[in-house]
Amino acid sequence: MSTADWKNYEPVLIPDIKDLHNIDVYIKNGGYKALTSVLKDKEKWADPKSVINEVKEANIRGRGGAGFNAGLKWSFMPPADGNPRYLACNGDESEPGTFKDRKIFEYNPHVFIEGALIAAYAMEITTIYVYIRGEYRIYIQMMEKAISDAYDKGYIGKNIQGSGYSVDFYVHSGAGAYICGEETSMLESLEGKRGYPRVKPPFPAQKGLWGRPTTINNIETLAHVPAVINRGAAWFKGIGAASHPGPILYGISGHVNKPGVYELPSGVPILDLIHDVAGGMRNGKKLKAVIPGGSSTPILRADQLDGITMDSDSLRTVGSMLGTAGMVVMDEDTDIVDVLWRIAHFYHHESCGQCTPCREGTGWLEKILLKIKNGDGEVKDLDLLLDLTTQMEGRTICALADAAAWPVRFTINRFRDEFEERCKKSVHAFI
Amino acid sequence: MAYEFTKEDLEQIEEIKSRYPEVMPATLPVLWVAQNRFGHVNPEVQNLVAETLGLPHSHVHGVAEFYTQYYKEEKGKYVLDVCTCLSCQLCGGYDILHYLEEKLGIKKGETTQDGMFTLNEAECLGACGYAPMLQVTNDQYVNHLTKEKIDMLVESLKKGEKPEYEKIGMPQRENI
Repeated sequence: MSTADWKNYEPVLIPDIKDLHNIDVYIKNGGYKALTSVLKDKEKWADPKSVINEVKEANIRGRGGAGFNAGLKWSFMPPADGNPRYLACNGDESEPGTFKDRKIFEYNPHVFIEGALIAAYAMEITTIYVYIRGEYRIYIQMMEKAISDAYDKGYIGKNIQGSGYSVDFYVHSGAGAYICGEETSMLESLEGKRGYPRVKPPFPAQKGLWGRPTTINNIETLAHVPAVINRGAAWFKGIGAASHPGPILYGISGHVNKPGVYELPSGVPILDLIHDVAGGMRNGKKLKAVIPGGSSTPILRADQLDGITMDSDSLRTVGSMLGTAGMVVMDEDTDIVDVLWRIAHFYHHESCGQCTPCREGTGWLEKILLKIKNGDGEVKDLDLLLDLTTQMEGRTICALADAAAWPVRFTINRFRDEFEERCKKSVHAFI
Repeated sequence: MAYEFTKEDLEQIEEIKSRYPEVMPATLPVLWVAQNRFGHVNPEVQNLVAETLGLPHSHVHGVAEFYTQYYKEEKGKYVLDVCTCLSCQLCGGYDILHYLEEKLGIKKGETTQDGMFTLNEAECLGACGYAPMLQVTNDQYVNHLTKEKIDMLVESLKKGEKPEYEKIGMPQRENI
């Protein structure tokens, strides 16, 4: 299916089936078939490695924002040695603009559970944790129910479906910290500590939870796995943009008529998403800017969007990224200076404080932007901000400093005139 | 006052501990058990959690301080967390926050004198498509806020009626 055919796309991740969260409805619609197949069909799936190879071939690029091939990540796990190994599923979902995984928890939790179980079998994992942000209390309850139902049906627990494979599955609630979406911070939080990201290497596959091999995957990433097993890698690769294939849950918010989460192939033109999918701009206003994939991805001006599609290759040509595909749409009345200050405030609030360039840098970004927003800034402050970003990027343990720096750098570069207009004139010329 | 877990809490704590190979990972979930029981995890409650789990007080204190959802002091009966982050900002989140400040006669971060409401400005709560929104005491989300909806919410909370779950379907789908 080419990206132009998105109108004929049939959803697979969250199909239009009533009460699919109910395990009986899920099973009736072909659910847990993929799991049973990998566990028991030895002709098709000779060993766990054959599952990894198929998923690697499908090129499911991590839907949490980093876009790394999930199967390749799985292949980094060292050989099993009989001791515990872990899968940590990342449902922290906290990047502003991102609200997609909650739809899986609510409408199709078992497709995620099945995907996680297949991943666990493929990596010979003994325990699965799903980390869900504490604010999603309702979705935590839904997931606990779904997991308990899957235990009752014998899809989780000892000797699953008589296959000899056993695994446990638990929900772990966060308690309000954006940083815990960073994979090693999430591991710390799972271990019951403050969410301070860890220095890599060692990578989690070598030393993860309690020092044991651990893989971390996003919820949506794992939810794609059952379809890859049922329909094959070639089917998955045939959907959407070749470099970043498969269906994507697009979260569209901001100044559009029909905001929401939409399941479509990757690589849909951004302007189609705004004007056709999300019902166009609110109140007939003109489009001013789009943040394509969560607050850390560089903002794009409306005049940069012609022909640009939602995949990493296309977005790279205009200097942005797909991120979480959580798209924030802004109309002509939007005050870009205010928006950037609010983003900077967010990252300052959420910096864990471990690394100096981030702890101090995010504070300075916010402070200087507040000054500019209040009309007390000077043009030279803009260059100070740009200089600050270069002193933050790549100089910290995790990517939060980069996530804070990019919006500042790209928003100032792409809307410089609006920032300058807000600044006091630093040189008073006589005319 | 002296804080104590009930027998049911202690059973739940044992079940929580069984999910992990060590005791320390139970810190976050047991802080939740404590907050659900006492409405907050002030330093005394943190000590209770530490002693129940056999962990250092300093560890539990450090964890409680790190996560914003744990209330380190007593709050109002209802805590209103108004999201003002990015998409909510674009859709009027600050108008909602200011309207509530005016209506309740307090500033963000404060609690009304009758102890009924605490008002907070929150960071992104993951409801970007349903902005502006708020969360009531770490529980239900109230979406698509307007001044009228705020008025109704405050009135029903005063009567002790908590908001119900607002199910929001997916725009492409007819059955869900």
